[in-house]
Amino acid sequence: MPDLLIELFSEEIPARMQTRAAEDLKKRMTDALVEAGLTYAGAASFSTPRRLVLTVGGLLAASPAQREERKGPRFDAPEKAIEGFLRGAGVTREALIERDTPKGAVFFAVIDKPGRPAAEIVAEALEQVIRDFPWPKSMRWGSGSLRWVRPLHSILCILTDEAGAEVVPLNIDGIPSGNTTRGHRFMAPDAFSVSSFEDYEAKLKRAHVTLSAQERADQIKSDAENLAFAAGLEVVEDAALLAEVAGLVEKPVVLMGDIGADFLTLPPEVLQTSMREHQKFFSVRNAKTGRIEKFITVANRETADNGATILAGNQKVLAARLSDAKFFWENDLRVAKADINAWVQSLENVTFHNKLGSQAERISRIAALARELAPVTGADAEAADQAARLAKADLSSEMVYEFPELQGLMGRYYIESAGLPEDVAAVAQDHYSPLGPSDTVPTAPLSVTVALADKLDTLAGFWAIDEKPTGSKDPFALRRAALGVIRLVLENGLALSLGEAIARANSGADVADLTGFFHDRLKVYLRDQGIRHDIIDACIAMPGNDDLALLARRAQALSDVLKTEDGENLLQGFKRANNILSQAEAKDGVEYSFGADRKLARDPAEVALFDALDAAEARIAPALKAQDFAEAMAAMAALRGPVDGFFDAVMINDENDIVRRNRLNLLSQIRQTCTRVADLTKIEG
Amino acid sequence: MIDSAPRSFQEIILRLQAYWASKGCAVLQPYDMEVGAGTFHPATTLRALGSNPWAAAYVQPSRRPTDGRYGENPNRLQHYYQYQVLIKPSPPDLQDLYLGSLRAIGIDMDLHDIRFVEDDWESPTLGAWGLGWEVWCDGMEVSQFTYFQQVGGHDCAPVSGELTYGLERLAMYVLGVEHVMDMPYNDPGAPIPLSYGDVFRQTEEEYARWNFDVANTEVLLDHFVEAEAECKAILDQDDTDPKTGKRIVMAHPAYDQCIKASHIFNLLDARGVISVTERQAYIGRVRALAKQCADAFVRTGAGGYEA
Repeated sequence: MPDLLIELFSEEIPARMQTRAAEDLKKRMTDALVEAGLTYAGAASFSTPRRLVLTVGGLLAASPAQREERKGPRFDAPEKAIEGFLRGAGVTREALIERDTPKGAVFFAVIDKPGRPAAEIVAEALEQVIRDFPWPKSMRWGSGSLRWVRPLHSILCILTDEAGAEVVPLNIDGIPSGNTTRGHRFMAPDAFSVSSFEDYEAKLKRAHVTLSAQERADQIKSDAENLAFAAGLEVVEDAALLAEVAGLVEKPVVLMGDIGADFLTLPPEVLQTSMREHQKFFSVRNAKTGRIEKFITVANRETADNGATILAGNQKVLAARLSDAKFFWENDLRVAKADINAWVQSLENVTFHNKLGSQAERISRIAALARELAPVTGADAEAADQAARLAKADLSSEMVYEFPELQGLMGRYYIESAGLPEDVAAVAQDHYSPLGPSDTVPTAPLSVTVALADKLDTLAGFWAIDEKPTGSKDPFALRRAALGVIRLVLENGLALSLGEAIARANSGADVADLTGFFHDRLKVYLRDQGIRHDIIDACIAMPGNDDLALLARRAQALSDVLKTEDGENLLQGFKRANNILSQAEAKDGVEYSFGADRKLARDPAEVALFDALDAAEARIAPALKAQDFAEAMAAMAALRGPVDGFFDAVMINDENDIVRRNRLNLLSQIRQTCTRVADLTKIEG
Repeated sequence: MIDSAPRSFQEIILRLQAYWASKGCAVLQPYDMEVGAGTFHPATTLRALGSNPWAAAYVQPSRRPTDGRYGENPNRLQHYYQYQVLIKPSPPDLQDLYLGSLRAIGIDMDLHDIRFVEDDWESPTLGAWGLGWEVWCDGMEVSQFTYFQQVGGHDCAPVSGELTYGLERLAMYVLGVEHVMDMPYNDPGAPIPLSYGDVFRQTEEEYARWNFDVANTEVLLDHFVEAEAECKAILDQDDTDPKTGKRIVMAHPAYDQCIKASHIFNLLDARGVISVTERQAYIGRVRALAKQCADAFVRTGAGGYEA
């Protein structure tokens, strides 16, 4: 049982693509091997900045031989037909056997497919995998036509068994396979040969390359934590940065350096962002003060001076970066303190969208809408207006121009520095939220108001200019904005009429269409909370469906009751009643909605149903008035027994037409009562 | 191999020239027009097209009007130098050749941390893109390294390897200088030692004032339209020159007009008279010119055309 080792050695692979590429190599290669009949015991793949590696253990030495029988013409078929069959099957006359079938004697061709050696299959599969590799972006180089993520330099491909290792021969666009690789670019650049995966991994280690990305990440993390701990500090966790940095080095060497004292007054978020985005540094924090005091950088080599030169260089680059940031921060603070409104005014020259005007116009619309929404959210209208006007002021600041990801947060700092109340300042940071399904939803009334106004303005605006999301295309993130509105409304329990809000946001928007879009997003949201789409449809069919919180409560109550036995049986009873009634109404051409007459009831079960309906109605009406859907549904569920009893005891189609019609009117009453909370006809099953 | 550390800005340039000459590049001179980057030199933009092999290295003065800071900022200049290398087809050892050039200017690979960090290059004005890296030395970007995939809308075949060094920044790092104006331009021991500031501080001031506040935008707008029209007019000419009877496709004169339009656009941008929406339209107009010039170049001998 041989083991397979493949290494694709190239120029530096972008860090963000490495993990996925290693997975793709493993999946595509093992799929191709299995497809060709080569099963295996186990496989693992690895990546470094310069290599993709696959090891497959316990591979079959050859694919199993196969014998296939193919049915041919009848024994007595004309010679021409038989010859044609032989040609098609690729066999000679001797390979034919004759067999009795219900249709008489028939020829069968016996085709023997010999097994193929593993090397042959591996070579074919690997060439195919390399040529079709799903890189997010690939390129050509030199005079060749092969595409790879960056120039591919060598292919190591060996099969190892007890007898030793053998190179799997292949040649792709002039790159032959072999059994050699190279170590670290600077610390061990010479080529060496390997005989197995274990040998490969060990020799790489000696050549200053840690093969496993996980191992590199773990080492970086623990070395960084140790360095920080020794200085009485802690590393700010950043999993994405850790993964990226582990993909930038083959030999991680962790170094800790000082942030110049001049820069310690910068907001910690600014330090962290500047260091992460520009330098890929980790931030090191003083746990007591929350201040960021040092940085950690990860070099790709050891040096004779223990990294002193490298650290000094990094420190210098950081100082240049941070002096820019400090310049922005101090300038911005000066402007904000002098007149923060100047920033808002300068947004007149910044286009939001050419059909929706400038950012300043957009802000005015949001402020006006925030004022309108204030009564619903319980915010002060004047404060909402002011907070909305300032919430995007920081878009004019130099810091946000340099670091767009700090928008909002910088606004908060600057608005506070201008002497405005804290809750107004908080709006700048909070009003972008929630940005996704897991982002936290603001709860402070001012923040909720402006967050809603911002999103509704965007949605209504893009609806008005007919720029709706289509299929997978949603360039303005309108689905996310709608989900944001839904979460703001539901999680804050707001009684908001969406229809009115949309009309106020932009009179050009098609209210019904946009409301429908919200309903679609609500279905997705509630489905994730375990509420079926047909239940939501049944609730959307009711009046007042643009009050999303009401709609969601309705759906929750219906969903809960349908999970009970009474609820499920009532639904069956309702459907039965509704079917009989609908058929009768269609047949008779009338609507049985006059109300049934209790005096015409003959059967005790019929009387019981009259009583039960009256009792239910007496509970449902006040419950609905109080929007207590759970109580209303409970009252309906109590009908289950009487409805079942009625159907068991009574024939609807009585010979007496008056009795029949009265019973149909009674069914109609069941229908009316049961559809008070939701349109149960839309429920499936 | 030169082991000593360089002592001046010009020594770094001279070492790069000597190094790339020794590796077989034709050492060209700067293009005699205002450009935003070394890539605009026809020795890169046009020569990256077609099938003819090519190897050139040169210094290119580059102008970025919006980056002017009156000579006060330690790193930002509206006029600076790029060192540019273009080799077609890209040789398999281009990374090693590049690292050799860093050694040549005194960067000791045993003490420094050199990294190739993903950075794909795209020039919307040239209709060009490629894949490659920023090269980091101890966390500082010292070069751009790109394998050209497309220029002027044409697939590059063979592919050129392009190296671009930002000379001031690289030299400041190698020489250990904090402010660009303090950098020795010639040897500090020369009878008349000159700093970068002695050479350029005044011009940085003058151009910053002109770029930001004085340049006549109406004249510039006219120049843009004229350059655009002239480029098209040149390309509209018949391939055969009526005077000599020879086939002369005027790709380079047309491309000069494209360069001109591009620089005028940069100036207008610095003057703040181009809105966000107009910006895209201007870039599109320059790109259209670049494409037509590329179309013309591949119909010339240097572009691989064979009658």
